Amino acid sequence: MGAQIRVYKRRIRSVSATKKITKAMEMIAASRIVKAQRQVAASSPYADELTRAVTAVATGSNTKHPLTTEAENPTRAALLLVTSDRGLAGGYSSNAIKAADRLTERLRAEGKEVLPYVIGRKGLAYYSFRDRDVVDSWTGFSDSPQYANAKAVAAPLIEALTTDTAEGGVDELHIVFTEFVSMMTQTPVGRRLLPLSLEDAGTAGEEAAAERKKGEALPLFEFEPSAEGVLDALLPRYVESRIYNALLQAAASEHAARRRAMKSATDNAEDLIKSLTRLANAARQADITQEISEIVGGASALADANAGSD
Amino acid sequence: MADLHVELVAADRNVWSGEATMVVARTMSGDIGIMANHEPLLGVLRSGPVTIRTNDGGTVIVAVHGGFISFADNKLSILAEIAELADEIDVDRAERALQAAKSEADAGAERRAEVRLAAAAGTH
Repeated sequence: MGAQIRVYKRRIRSVSATKKITKAMEMIAASRIVKAQRQVAASSPYADELTRAVTAVATGSNTKHPLTTEAENPTRAALLLVTSDRGLAGGYSSNAIKAADRLTERLRAEGKEVLPYVIGRKGLAYYSFRDRDVVDSWTGFSDSPQYANAKAVAAPLIEALTTDTAEGGVDELHIVFTEFVSMMTQTPVGRRLLPLSLEDAGTAGEEAAAERKKGEALPLFEFEPSAEGVLDALLPRYVESRIYNALLQAAASEHAARRRAMKSATDNAEDLIKSLTRLANAARQADITQEISEIVGGASALADANAGSD
Repeated sequence: MADLHVELVAADRNVWSGEATMVVARTMSGDIGIMANHEPLLGVLRSGPVTIRTNDGGTVIVAVHGGFISFADNKLSILAEIAELADEIDVDRAERALQAAKSEADAGAERRAEVRLAAAAGTH
């Protein structure tokens, strides 16, 4: 066998091995998207009901709460960025980071100081490589988040929100995560969670806002123990459930992005194997042609020599 | 008698939904029973069992750990961070958890285990 063929064969073997790995990762990601989507769907009744309840209190009472009223002159904003722990997901994490950078710039232009909170090893690596300060970070649950994770993330954020701005608290809470639109489309979005703006509080909030515009007042609620008490208990749960929903959507998006990245890697490997096989075939054919021409040349040289000696 | 529609949802799933004649839950200021045409209400729940009397005469007991009750237009929603149907509760595990909580003097865990056991006992 010619040296050239051996080189091609070796490369084909290595590309096939890579293809097997990417194919396996593609299938794992595909099966996890379905699971993650189911989790998103399972968590939405709670989120919707909670949003409805928050809307009811916010619109049905004149209670003022630090978490619902806008500061007159907001100076500090917390930004929660959701990225993945692992790579090999195409532009998933870097797109989310870019969206966070854009939002940071916008907030800075509005004269607010931005305090980043980061979820996921990739986002954390980005920030630490650039020597940027991160207030708090969490890793290890980006691909299958639990409600307890959302609670852990929400706790320091709620604390910062309830603290006075002068004492290191924040006025606003923004979250950047990758919204799962469909299997093929995931878009990084930046949303303001608090202070509450009812227009973007999801569908339930929109309905309530629409009803209000129509002039149909929401039912007048009796609060147990009191409107303040309910709001105090409700808003942390609201933040938790919003963060939980964002984490689940981000997980679904991460798997979808990984599936797509691995699919194109598998396709590339297939193309590479095909062209390498063609090259190997051409090299083999060239070897054979050369051998034949050598044999023919040798035979005719022999024949010429024999004819000469006769 | 009019029925009310009940949706009992936990943070990660829909636990129970259906028609009921009455729901009894424990709020911060005491037990509250809600029947159809109650005035709109929004309350904070304590850890405790929630009893739902279904319109076909049955009873559903759920252990609820923290959450809210909201009632409007004959629709009742109970939002719980954690909610377990009495049938789903593993009594042995809950008892073990209770012992562990007592020995570690973890009041929250002890309360949760007690609520679970109370809810499980309610069905038998």
